Amino acid sequence: MAAPNRSLVAKLSLLVVGMFGFAFALVPIYSLFCKVTGLGGKTGGVYSYDASSAKVDPDRSVTVTFITDNSAGMPWDFRAETPMVRVHPGELTEVKFYARNPTDHVMVGQAIPSVVPLPAAAHFHKTECFCFSRQVLQPGQEIEMPMRFFLAPELPRNVDSVSLSYSMYDVTALAAADSKAPKT
Amino acid sequence: MSTVIESHHDDHGHDHGPPTYGLTRWLFTTNHKDIGTLYLWFSFVMFLVGGAMALVIRAELFQPGLQFVRPEFFNQMTAMHGLIMVFGVIMPSMVGLANWQVPMMIGAPDMALPRLNNLSFWILPFAGSLLVSTLFMDGGGPNFGWTFYAPLSTTYAPPSTTYFIFAIHLLGASSIMGSINIIATILNLRAPGMTLMKMPLFVWTWLITAFLLLAAMPVLAGAVTMMLFDIHFHTSFFNAAGGGDPVMFQHVFWFFGHPEVYILILPAFGVVSQILPTFARKPLFGYASMVYAVASIAFLSFLVWAHHMFTVGMPLAGQLFFMYSTMLIAIPTGVKVFNWVSTMWRGAMTFETPMLFAIAFVVLFTIGGFSGLMLAITPADYQYQDTYFVVAHFHYVLVPGALFGIIGAVYYWLPKWCGRMYDETLGKIHFWLSFVSVNVLFFPQHFLGLAGMPRRIPDYSIQFTDYNMLSSIGAFVFGFSQLLFLFVVLKAIRSGAKATDRVWEGAHGLEWTLPSPPPYHSFTHPPKVTEAEAHS
Repeated sequence: MAAPNRSLVAKLSLLVVGMFGFAFALVPIYSLFCKVTGLGGKTGGVYSYDASSAKVDPDRSVTVTFITDNSAGMPWDFRAETPMVRVHPGELTEVKFYARNPTDHVMVGQAIPSVVPLPAAAHFHKTECFCFSRQVLQPGQEIEMPMRFFLAPELPRNVDSVSLSYSMYDVTALAAADSKAPKT
Repeated sequence: MSTVIESHHDDHGHDHGPPTYGLTRWLFTTNHKDIGTLYLWFSFVMFLVGGAMALVIRAELFQPGLQFVRPEFFNQMTAMHGLIMVFGVIMPSMVGLANWQVPMMIGAPDMALPRLNNLSFWILPFAGSLLVSTLFMDGGGPNFGWTFYAPLSTTYAPPSTTYFIFAIHLLGASSIMGSINIIATILNLRAPGMTLMKMPLFVWTWLITAFLLLAAMPVLAGAVTMMLFDIHFHTSFFNAAGGGDPVMFQHVFWFFGHPEVYILILPAFGVVSQILPTFARKPLFGYASMVYAVASIAFLSFLVWAHHMFTVGMPLAGQLFFMYSTMLIAIPTGVKVFNWVSTMWRGAMTFETPMLFAIAFVVLFTIGGFSGLMLAITPADYQYQDTYFVVAHFHYVLVPGALFGIIGAVYYWLPKWCGRMYDETLGKIHFWLSFVSVNVLFFPQHFLGLAGMPRRIPDYSIQFTDYNMLSSIGAFVFGFSQLLFLFVVLKAIRSGAKATDRVWEGAHGLEWTLPSPPPYHSFTHPPKVTEAEAHS
């Protein structure tokens, strides 16, 4: 290969490798973008709530609706025991969810949250949630799962109702694969 | 002294044919013309395969209810038709045209990397057969649309999806190698005096397309690799249960997918910019603005991907950004259409078959462009999303757009390639059959979409029957008209009248200074780039 071709091919190949890497770099970029903008309605991880310094806004009430559904093929009974609450921003509230494994084998479930309207997602803080970890249910076992949350007072003024949806996924196979694979 | 050496060189090095004949000539060839021919025939075969699938779809949609195929098979047809037409027909035939034309148009003896060229072509038949073979596997072939959204293509995919993924990898590798070759040829092998801004527009559009391919195809490779990991290695890139996000698949896919649609159309822009000046007997209007317009379209194509997914849920600012940036593309595209029309304005026009296809391209591509603008309007898009309006839109830009560009290019350059003229009467019949039927085929689909008929569904409500029947009739006429195209090409190759070197009275460019057919190695000595043969 002639020298000018060789250096050009090297540069172009570098571009190709770079763009292949960029596709994978999109994964963290995307989750960062979602965190900043609330895209996808994802809520964050564990928040701490300090009752003494919390600023509760008693003049404002927001309706929070809880929606539950099962992903395709998930046989659990899964529902919110309180379908709807009215809360003041800054006030810590506890609600309970119910799940039962009606099958005759051990199953692992994972609940995935999503909030609409999207701008509210970044202000929906949970101090405790069953969605933070996988739930293992024995055959026929039923559980009551608490979820404690508060809405940040910075919640945009035009938001007067928020819906939180949980989709319950069957991750039995995924959990089995994870436990077999060496943790890195 | 140097003359002596040159003439000595000429005696041995000039106009020798292929080194071997028979199968090995094609298998081991490193010649740009042989490889261009292979690319074009491969695309034509795939065109018949993908076209047959389209006819299965249109036969099923001739009437409401299920007549011929099961819904599962219908889904495989819509997915495979799209995949084959995009990756197996339009892309390889454009590379085939580039192989034939780029060295001849810039005054080079061959492509810069001939062995890589052989490899990029010979991967294709294997990738194509791998893709088509999935139809015969347990569970059938890809049934998730050509956009293969996760989780349809991961969690709920048929087992053959792994083969589909490898086929996409191979097709991508082929076009990446082809692009590297085209860039190296254009940047390093131009004849002295052929400066960048003297290059014919077809060469310019391919240079820019090649860069688009290098930037976009690896992202697609990344997306299918993530799918492979999700399916086989329990990762959760697109699996919400494991913390991934299926919407992210759409972002990664369309980050590739939108540049991809310009990859499909830009070389056709180049073809039309060669044909129109030839038959209008005027230089191309606004050459420099054409180059800049193509470059800006290519750049903008990386900033508009999310207009394919307005309905997935997006912040208002995002919707506005993608709406405005998409509409911005209409400006450089408008510049191109304006320049094409201005090239024809007050020209001494004649209407040979390539010119007819080029004019039809300008008119019908513009219709496709306008329906694209309609789709760019976010609030309206909520109504059009996933309806036949979208199908009508992208078929208008791809069939009377990209495909007419390719057919026009074949009519335009075929006499140069084989040294024989095609039958002008048959060519015109082919054009008029195609032109009328393509509109009968796709225009009613706009109305179906606006009335709410969803795409990719084998059945429909009875109020959509009339337009669907019309569309199916158009489809069958269009499909079988392309067999006439095959006949015209074969007739020209076997028994066409001898073509002159210039072929067309108004043709300018280095390729027309060569004999018809051109010698096996185009320019063994760099030609003189005169003002008359610079960009036409």
